[in-house]
Amino acid sequence: MSPRALALALGLLVAALFAASLLVGPAGLPPGASVAALVRGEGGPLTLVMREIRLPRAILGAAVGASLGLAGAAMQGYLRNPLAEPGIVGISASAALGAVLAIHTGLAAAFALGLPLAALAGAGLSVALLTLLAGPRGSTLTLILAGIAIGALATAITSLVLNLSPNPWAANEIVFWMMGSLADRSFTHVALALPFMVAGWAMLAATARGLDALTLGEDAAEALGIRLTRLRLTLVGGTAAAVGAATAVAGAIGFVGLVVPHLLRALVGAQPGRLLWASALGGAAMVLAADVAVRLILPERDLKLGVLMALVGAPLFLHLIWRTRREFA
Amino acid sequence: MTLLALDGLTVHRGPCPVVDGVSLTIGQGELVGLIGPNGAGKTTLMRAALGLLPHRGESSLARLSPRERARAAAWMPQMREIAWPVSVERLVTLGRLPHLGARRATDADRAAVARALEWMDLAAFAGRPATELSGGEQARVLIARALAQEAPLLMADEPVAGLDPAHQIATMALFRRLSEAGKGALVSLHDLGLAARHCTRLVLLHHGRLVAEGPPEAVLTEGNLRDVFGVRGWFGATEHGPVFQPLELAS
Repeated sequence: MSPRALALALGLLVAALFAASLLVGPAGLPPGASVAALVRGEGGPLTLVMREIRLPRAILGAAVGASLGLAGAAMQGYLRNPLAEPGIVGISASAALGAVLAIHTGLAAAFALGLPLAALAGAGLSVALLTLLAGPRGSTLTLILAGIAIGALATAITSLVLNLSPNPWAANEIVFWMMGSLADRSFTHVALALPFMVAGWAMLAATARGLDALTLGEDAAEALGIRLTRLRLTLVGGTAAAVGAATAVAGAIGFVGLVVPHLLRALVGAQPGRLLWASALGGAAMVLAADVAVRLILPERDLKLGVLMALVGAPLFLHLIWRTRREFA
Repeated sequence: MTLLALDGLTVHRGPCPVVDGVSLTIGQGELVGLIGPNGAGKTTLMRAALGLLPHRGESSLARLSPRERARAAAWMPQMREIAWPVSVERLVTLGRLPHLGARRATDADRAAVARALEWMDLAAFAGRPATELSGGEQARVLIARALAQEAPLLMADEPVAGLDPAHQIATMALFRRLSEAGKGALVSLHDLGLAARHCTRLVLLHHGRLVAEGPPEAVLTEGNLRDVFGVRGWFGATEHGPVFQPLELAS
């Protein structure tokens, strides 16, 4: 498939799913009137639902998915490993820890942005720790090891908070938050997370050239004029901004960053630079689709987005492994 | 014109120097063979010369900015890494990165890639995923990538190891032709026969030191072979050109 055709196909898919995300919901509103209410904005409950509930949810779905897909593709390209995902450097676990601490201490209840801000702080802290541990010139291996250590530590502290939580309701709230969801998000969340995500996208997009060169290994890439230290800082910073902000507003949503680059790799001729934008669109489509699905499958039970994603993502991933195994057999 | 000038280049790994005070210049028209036993410091010398390793002493390439350096010298590492199943043509196009900047590939870029594919006998493979090729074919793809860079100086670490005889000879002859056309090359080699036949000059490294330098017949002497490689060999100026054959271990 030519890059232009692929971009068009993915773009149309995202647009269609964005529209579906706007039109599907528990309120069961007629589509025509919904769109009219969204565009014209005559006040009234229909406009309120469309503008204050569904529109921010759809925007966040697309932005969170794009962040996860883009960061996943960049991480796989940098580590030259198709099993890498944004979570491997511990950023999502640290953002989740920040959020969990906010819930536990009551910061989340004290003001609306307490939770996402704490999650962003967690992501920022983990990146500072990561660059400190892995050093400015270290190899990709030290980055992975430092990331795994930070992720394990963050997960351990999260468990400790759960362990020591004073009552079952607090623990319940934490567990439900960690499953990941886009329900009941407002434009306040969009305004907080979107600037970080856009900054993260810009940084990750700037790594395309370096990631292409890394196909030949670190030595050859450096001799081709790529500054590896700068590339790594850009990658880690961009991942922290995009994935940290995504986790801050949506909770932990796995598998998008792992599966989407896998699905699209063959369609872009395996070139890591081109896989970036394709995975951003693919990730947006995947999260939007899953977020529509949670509203259709069990509308009254509040099925969590992260749960559905893992349920669909894991078998999909197994299928991909199965196919790859046959190719190399 | 000088393409590479090293002055007292020294690289330490721990307390011992791996490359010890090497001074060397390479000019246009030269195909310099870097020879020496395993662990002599050939790879380290080339990486330090490019500024990829911390070093003491001077290297004209290491002083340049990464961008300028990539236009001054192409580097083919010994480790033949191809991380993703990209097509051969696209992989070779990576050699054009230092010329591309933000703009798309131009006709000049495409011509350089096509030329490199032709030189390395890869035109038939252009659309195939590079990872599906055999080891020797992948090596040729990576040589083509370095050639597509069209830098004045080519530095290659054992480029012909693992190639079949026809492609070994073709590659060395191509390097020689490119040198005669005004480029220069520094190539590390273990095959002393190929080194003797094709290189304009040999540089012999031993324990990180430059112990001999000059035309092949002046470097592949009985004394050097015995002291550095521990072998005896036969060197002859024949009607087919210079021929060298290692014969047996020196006792």
